[in-house]
Amino acid sequence: MVLLGTPNAESSRLYAMTVTEGDPSWAGALAGVALGLPVYHVMEETVKTQVAPEVYEEHIALMEMVLEAGDIAQAVQEVRAQTGQGD
Amino acid sequence: MKIQGKKVIALGERDGVQGSAIAACAQSAGAEVVLETTYCFV
Repeated sequence: MVLLGTPNAESSRLYAMTVTEGDPSWAGALAGVALGLPVYHVMEETVKTQVAPEVYEEHIALMEMVLEAGDIAQAVQEVRAQTGQGD
Repeated sequence: MKIQGKKVIALGERDGVQGSAIAACAQSAGAEVVLETTYCFV
């Protein structure tokens, strides 16, 4: 599976599409290559709840306050839905 | 979705979350990190 650390919804969508249905910009080596990998952002609730709280606090919590975690999570969830991945 | 036991590719970004931070989280959740990288687009 792929875990992303992208800083905004647009880049999260781009990365997520690249590792599932292929590079949407058709600029890189993965253009037209559908890897179909399960993809999540590290700040998504479903990931966060499985990480040790002290580790999350040390490595992620600060950036979570700065970044638009809700928009990012929604963007990655939409890509999963488009590519038939549940959850 | 369970992370435990999965093989994880950690794709970090300098302006977001670093790859090493993602890898630390994945390992704490019981995953094996097979690739860890941090991109920079500056």
